[in-house]
Amino acid sequence: MSGYHLSHLDELEAEAIHIMREVVSEFENPVMLYSVGKDSSVMVRLARKAFAPGKLPFPLLHVDTGFKFEEMYAFRDKFVKDIDANLIVEGNEKAKADGANPFDLGTSQCCALLKTKGLLDALKEGKYDAAFGGARRDEEKSRAKERVYSFRDKFGHWDPKNQRPELWNLYNGQHNKGENIRVFPLSNWTELDIWLYIYKEQIPIVPMYFAKKRPMIVRDEQLIPVEGPMRLKEGEEPEMISCRFRTLGCSPCTGAIRSEADTLEKVIEEIMTARQSERITRIIDHDRDGSMELKKREGYF
Amino acid sequence: MGIKELLRENENKDLLRLLTCGSVDDGKSTMIGRLLHDSKQIYDDHLSTLEKDSKKVGSAGEAIDFSLLLDGLKAEREQGITIDVAYRYFSTPKRKFIIADCPGHAQYTRNMATGASTANLAVVLIDARHGVVEQTKRHSFIASLLDIGHIVVAINKMDLVDYSQEVYDKIRSEYEDFASRLEVRNIHFIPMSALMGDNIVEQSPNMPWFMGTPLLEYLQTVHIASDRNLIDMRFPVQYVLRQDMSFRGFCGTVASGILRPGSEVSVLPSGKRTKIKSIHTFEGMVDEAYPPMAVTVATEDEVDISRGDMLVAPNNSPRVSQSFDAAVVWMSEEPLDTERHYRIKHCSTHAQAEVTNVVYRFNVNTIGREEADSLTLNEIGRLRIDTSRPLAFDPYRRNRATGNFILIDPLSNATVAAGLILDRTSDEDQIQQPKVSTNIRQQVSPVSLEEREARLGQKSATIWLTGLPKSGKSTIANGLERHLFDQNRMVHVLDGENLRHGLSENLGFTALDRSEHIRRAASVAKMCNDLGLITVVALVSPYETDRCHARTIVGAEKFFEVHIDAPIEVCEERDTDGLYVAAKSGEIERFTGVTAPYEPPVNPDLKIDSKETPIDLAVQKIVDLLSGRGILG
Repeated sequence: MSGYHLSHLDELEAEAIHIMREVVSEFENPVMLYSVGKDSSVMVRLARKAFAPGKLPFPLLHVDTGFKFEEMYAFRDKFVKDIDANLIVEGNEKAKADGANPFDLGTSQCCALLKTKGLLDALKEGKYDAAFGGARRDEEKSRAKERVYSFRDKFGHWDPKNQRPELWNLYNGQHNKGENIRVFPLSNWTELDIWLYIYKEQIPIVPMYFAKKRPMIVRDEQLIPVEGPMRLKEGEEPEMISCRFRTLGCSPCTGAIRSEADTLEKVIEEIMTARQSERITRIIDHDRDGSMELKKREGYF
Repeated sequence: MGIKELLRENENKDLLRLLTCGSVDDGKSTMIGRLLHDSKQIYDDHLSTLEKDSKKVGSAGEAIDFSLLLDGLKAEREQGITIDVAYRYFSTPKRKFIIADCPGHAQYTRNMATGASTANLAVVLIDARHGVVEQTKRHSFIASLLDIGHIVVAINKMDLVDYSQEVYDKIRSEYEDFASRLEVRNIHFIPMSALMGDNIVEQSPNMPWFMGTPLLEYLQTVHIASDRNLIDMRFPVQYVLRQDMSFRGFCGTVASGILRPGSEVSVLPSGKRTKIKSIHTFEGMVDEAYPPMAVTVATEDEVDISRGDMLVAPNNSPRVSQSFDAAVVWMSEEPLDTERHYRIKHCSTHAQAEVTNVVYRFNVNTIGREEADSLTLNEIGRLRIDTSRPLAFDPYRRNRATGNFILIDPLSNATVAAGLILDRTSDEDQIQQPKVSTNIRQQVSPVSLEEREARLGQKSATIWLTGLPKSGKSTIANGLERHLFDQNRMVHVLDGENLRHGLSENLGFTALDRSEHIRRAASVAKMCNDLGLITVVALVSPYETDRCHARTIVGAEKFFEVHIDAPIEVCEERDTDGLYVAAKSGEIERFTGVTAPYEPPVNPDLKIDSKETPIDLAVQKIVDLLSGRGILG
């Protein structure tokens, strides 16, 4: 029987909107984590849709490590201004002042301080009881295990062995004071869904997702951008390579991929035929087996 | 392929949500891993990690241990078990898939129910060496309870039983025996070895006796009927949006039915009436909203509407009550305590809930009912539940979105149970019918029906023929009329189309107008029956609720529902008037079977396949039915 049928993308959109409205109805002080990446761009668009013609009923929160790319900061400020959103920028200022960096501390320790601790402190300080995040289940195998409402105890910790059952679209948001949940409205989106949606909706994203010639060095099969506080090893010479970023994180820990895809159409074509996963360029994911799960249990997204 | 075609192809792909379940070590995660691997859905870097992990902690020797692909938690990998659901996403040129890989341990049944609640197909794995075990039954039962229409029984590890057809046949008949007590529309069997890749993506050369298709092919082609309900308008209000003084809108996700500006709505539980003024989305206003669209509705009048209320069509209301029966899966280590209050979440409503009666507990091995006074972890039973405020609900089988709920422990905040509301029980109040003004008295005729029937030498009855346009209703009705008339019966036909030239000439084809059309036809039939006549009604009558209403008007003992069933292609072929063509081109709106739904009768008195049955035989079948029920002596 034909008619009255939503496309897959429309269905994903409706699901995300439903989740956001549910959270805003049942929580006192929600916040939306904004990482400047493509998934964040999509999530913010969905939030605007959920509450149109009204304004976003919550602020955006960027946990800034201080190691993001210049292009990201520029994009962030313009994006937020264009949509007239309330952006809060927080970070672990003490660790930053102490000069925390991945070169000396290693990526695990650096992440724990600048990202996880920065996030937990910001949530505590803002007394947020719900925080939206743009994580997707198809990104990583421990994320594939997570609920839409990811319950965190008062230390911000996740207990993957004891998650609440989550049936149909009935989300249980009951919580005690001091506890909070992370909410993942994009749980069921794949990387391709995100790109198709960006295309369909013409959502602005950081230009680093598109290929152009950039000064890069090649290290352990990864393309590392020459930017910010990066340290060249002996014999390393930056070269101009046509490349783009498949995910965006901190500049010392995010690699690029060789690519000629300089338009949305070409990027989508590239994603369709990719043989490598999205997060292969994220150095933090490969520290050791289960490293994402460990980070998450401690409070990371 | 260009981006435009790609998008179009992508939009046209349908989505199959499936889960894998069955007992521990039946090979669920391995099967999905194998499915993804053999259909080239695993990224190269994931595959090389998998190969490394397999050597380190795998349980498949030097070979790849596919379960490690899905078991994403450290505790799972260490113990070699699945604790919680893993979701995987993949797509083929034909379909998109969301797979929920569910744990097999009885202890984690609640996680299986989580995965099952959104699925439309379940793959139940069975270890060929062990056959049907308790967990096979428990999971199949939960799948049936949650109304998953399709089950694929994957008889796995066939390599360990020498690919024996005898073993397969034995397990198959064992399962069929058990499944005859379930309510699952479609059960399909596939023998396989997930570990070796037999019948996963490629046809197995080791089981030439198996004539069916491998798993992937089956999943790509199985027809999944939509579980959406487009009939009963239900709009649970989730959030009230106020934009300065100028706009007040009610946000929500359409649970079922179709909302249109101008439609009358009744606000439950208060019962206040208003009209939909407009339906808003980010992109602007829309003419229609249907499930599962998330929209914002503005109303004509300033009525008090808040979160937890439900907008419904006034002539088609759900039940509003503070008490109902439900099938409940208990999910907490703490057993059900009938002395305690729980919190219930139903649609966007929260209330206090009390279990006033444990009606019975299911024995999952036999699907039999046992007496019980509580439910413990993973047990399933039928409960009577009272709530502190009225809820507006439908039975789960009719309407998933308004028929489900969860129970929450108010102390721990844990979700302790999932519930499915059952159809109203006989001892409960019947649906509230609009009351006839008490000032109008019914006049009683001095001539009784029995006297009239005696004079005519027959008993009166209404034979209600329902079916798609051009399914053959009128032809059969006329055949029946001729046949009965020739046997000296007083009989006549009420044809839907003819009625639309007279009594119903002011009605169109909206759901509302169709309801009214049917009410009129049923009322005429009732009058004719009261005169002692046999009335044959030929009417598309696509909605179950309307036919139920007709049955009530005529009186159940005189009402015979006959479903004239023909595949839509056959109806189209017969359609010399070109109605279907016109409907498809949009020339005719709301044409049943094309742009408006048809709900086949759940329990007709008779079903006639008009493609296979010649007219005389069809007439004879109806005559037999009437003779059997004492209408024709």
